[in-house]
Amino acid sequence: MTSNLAASLYLISGILFILALRGLSSPETSRQGNFFGILGMAIAIIVTFLFVNISFGSLLFIICSLAIGGSIGTTIAYRISMTAMPQLVAGFHSLVGLAAVLVALSAFYNPEAFGLGTLNNIKTASLVEMSIGASIGAITFTGSVIAFLKLQGLMSGSPITFKGQHLLNLLIGIGIVSLIIYITINQSSYIFGILIVGSFLIGIFLIIPIGGADMPVVISMLNSYSGWAAAGIGFTLENTALIITGALVGSSGAILSYIMCKGMNRSFFSVILGGFGGTDVKLQKDKDRKPVKSGNAEDAAFLMKNASSVIIVPGYGMAVAQAQHAVREMADNLKKNGIKVKYAVHPVAGRMPGHMNVLLAEANVPYDEVFEQENINNDFASTDVAFVIGANDVTNPVAKTNPQSPIYGMPILDVEKSKSILFVKRSLSPGYAGIDNELFYRDNTLMLFADAKKMTEDIVKHLN
Amino acid sequence: MEIDPFIFRLSIFALSIFVGYYVVWSVTPSLHTPLMSVTNAISSVIIVGAIVAASGLTSQTGFELSNILGFVAIILAAINIFGGFLVTQRMLRMYRKKKKEKVK
Repeated sequence: MTSNLAASLYLISGILFILALRGLSSPETSRQGNFFGILGMAIAIIVTFLFVNISFGSLLFIICSLAIGGSIGTTIAYRISMTAMPQLVAGFHSLVGLAAVLVALSAFYNPEAFGLGTLNNIKTASLVEMSIGASIGAITFTGSVIAFLKLQGLMSGSPITFKGQHLLNLLIGIGIVSLIIYITINQSSYIFGILIVGSFLIGIFLIIPIGGADMPVVISMLNSYSGWAAAGIGFTLENTALIITGALVGSSGAILSYIMCKGMNRSFFSVILGGFGGTDVKLQKDKDRKPVKSGNAEDAAFLMKNASSVIIVPGYGMAVAQAQHAVREMADNLKKNGIKVKYAVHPVAGRMPGHMNVLLAEANVPYDEVFEQENINNDFASTDVAFVIGANDVTNPVAKTNPQSPIYGMPILDVEKSKSILFVKRSLSPGYAGIDNELFYRDNTLMLFADAKKMTEDIVKHLN
Repeated sequence: MEIDPFIFRLSIFALSIFVGYYVVWSVTPSLHTPLMSVTNAISSVIIVGAIVAASGLTSQTGFELSNILGFVAIILAAINIFGGFLVTQRMLRMYRKKKKEKVK
C-alpha cells in the first residue's frame, strides 16, 4: 500500500470518529454513531497491518496481543455494573496514557521503525513531540490510577494535602519542561526515563488533593489529557487519524470539565488546586437548631399518593445504594395512579458527567422523562412533592442566599419551591461541601432516614 | 519555499480542535457518560503506533525491548478499544423513549 493511500484511509477513519461523536447529539442517532466509531477503528487497524512491513513471527504475536486485550476488554464491558462506570472510565484512561508512554519509549529506542532517524540521532521535532506525548501520557496514567482508586473506594475520597504541595508541583512542572528541552539537545535515554518518572509523580500529586465530589471534573480533565497524549504521539508518527482523534478527545474532555465546573460555580483552577470538601471542613453548629420532622415510608407513600405531580431528584446516594430500579418501580406505581412523574438531574450529580442519566436509563426510565436543570427548574413551583434521593448540596438554598457559603453561586435545583419535600438520607450529616442544608429544617420537609434502596422499596409496598 | 509537512499536520490538528469543540457542544448532556467512554475507545487508535512499535524490524533476529513495549501497548489499547466501544454500545441500548419499551 502506498503512503498516500494509507494517509487518505487514515483521514477517513478520523472523519468516522467525528461522526461517532456527532451521533451522540441524540439517543436515536447514537447507536449509529458508535458503529461509525467501530468502523473507523477497524479501518485504521487494517490499514496499519497492510502498510507496515510485518514479519510472520511478529504478526502472530501481534494477533495474540490483540486477542488477549480484546477478550479482557470484552469481558469487562459485559460484566461491569453501571454504578461502576466512573471508575471504569478512569481505568480506561490510565490504559491510554500508559500505551502512549510505551509507544513513545519504543520510538525512542528504535526510531528507524518509525522513520524518525537513527538511535541517538532522532529529528529534533520528533523528539519534542514524543517527549510531550510521553509526559502527558504518564501524567494521564498515574492521575487516572489515583482517580480509579478513589472512585473504587480503595483510597479515601477525602483530599490529601500537605504543606508546600503547590510549590512541589510547580517545581516538578518546571523540571519536566527543562528535561524536555534538554532531551532535544542531548538524546539521553537516561534523561528520557527521568522525564517519564517525573511525569508519573506529578500525575499522582495533581490528583490526590482533589476530593470525591470533584471527581466529575477530574475524570473529564484526564479524558482531555489522554487526548492530548494521543495527539502528541500522532505528530511523532505523522498519523492523521491519531492527530484528529487526539484533538477531538482533548477538546471533548476540556468542554466537559468546563461544564462540570460551571455546574458547581467554581473555577477550574480552584478545583485543580484541590483541598475542597472532605472531612476537614469545620461545621458551623447552629446552637438553636430547629427540630426536624422525620417520617417513615408510609407517610411518604401517603404524601405522594395525594399529589398530582412528583419530581424525583437523584444524586450520588442513589448510585451508592443501587436504588435506581426501586425508584423506577416507585415512579411506575405513581404513574398508574395518574400522578405526573419527572426526574431532575443536576449537571454534577454523581461522580461523572451524565452518571445519573445512565443509571436511570439502566432502570428503564425513558430518557424523555429525565430533565436537565435549566429545563425543569421552573416546574418545581407547581409541583406537589419533590422526592430527593441521595442528593444534598445541589438542592441547598444557601447557594443563593449566603455569600459566605462555600457553595455560594452554585446553580441549584429549586427543590425548595415545591409544596412538600421528601429527603431520603441516612442521617442529618452534611453533604460533601460540609455545610448544613437548611431545607432539612423546613416545615414542609419530611426527612426519611434510611438506606435509599430500602426506603424506596418500602414506599412501593405502601403505595400498593 | 516548500512548506514543511509539519505545518499541514498542525493545520489538521488545529481544525480538528474546532470540529471537536462544536461537535461536543451539540452532544446532549444525558449522553455525557457514553461520550466519555466512546472518546476513550477512539483515543485508543494509538494502537496504530503500538503495531508499528511491535513490528519494527531490528538488526537482531529476536524481539528487542522496543518490540516488547509495542506488544504490551497493543494489549492495553485493545482492552480499551473492545471495552470502550462495547460498554458504550451497552449503555446506548438502554436509552429508550417512552411508549416504545412497553411494546417489548
